[in-house]
Amino acid sequence: MTLPEGIANQVVLEFPSKPENVAFARTAVAVFAAQLDFTLDELDEIKVAVSEAVSNAVIHAYGDTVGTVRVEAAITTGGELILRIIDRGQGIPDVAAARQPQWTSRPEERMGLGFTFMEEYMDAVDVESAPQAGTRVTLRKAPARAPIAR
Amino acid sequence: MHIKARRMGDSLIVRMEGELDLKTADAFKARVRAELAASGRIRHLILDLRGVPFIDSSGIGAILGRCREIREERQGRVIALAPRRPVRRVLALAGLLRLVDVAETQREALAMVKEGSAVP
Repeated sequence: MTLPEGIANQVVLEFPSKPENVAFARTAVAVFAAQLDFTLDELDEIKVAVSEAVSNAVIHAYGDTVGTVRVEAAITTGGELILRIIDRGQGIPDVAAARQPQWTSRPEERMGLGFTFMEEYMDAVDVESAPQAGTRVTLRKAPARAPIAR
Repeated sequence: MHIKARRMGDSLIVRMEGELDLKTADAFKARVRAELAASGRIRHLILDLRGVPFIDSSGIGAILGRCREIREERQGRVIALAPRRPVRRVLALAGLLRLVDVAETQREALAMVKEGSAVP
């Protein structure tokens, strides 16, 4: 298997958009991320961020049907963790609004906190979404005590 | 997620074991709602979080909903009992510590609600 340029290691997870798979995704990603020199606090932060991104896909992407959620996790040769959480669902109509702290498109009491946690706990959060095509959330984080080589 | 609930005076003590996320938040909500519906005497809610290693926004949302019921409908207090470090950090980041007091022991939690009950 040939790794893409600049990528030291990578894994891909694919699973149905079921609530019981959220714990699997965050735990698997945290185990992979532990290959870098993250503190326990940082690994907890990564778990929360993955949980939020995958929960968003499970709740919002496919309405009442079950679709596929894909999680790509990579470690760069510079020592940075890059995560992509991808669905092929209905997309987010207004990404800027979705990223506002108190916004939620469903009254299930999550208060739109998901993006707040992602923003707070990761170094960078990028959201690309297209109606009826899906959403891709990219999360980046490097261990604070081992700055990435640039 | 295992949930045990018991009433002590005018407090409902809910002990959770497991991660509080999208999968488990509904069970927590349903259980607390049922306990509150069963007893109009309950004013305060003590959430024993010692056995909860993880919480995310789904769990926060579930706790927030119960805070509204307790604080607004019953004029009571919500106490988080001994949340672990990752859980405590998420509660703080979500701003929930404005609505929920933290106690380190059950004795301290019960003292806090007693004091809450004494205030008119």
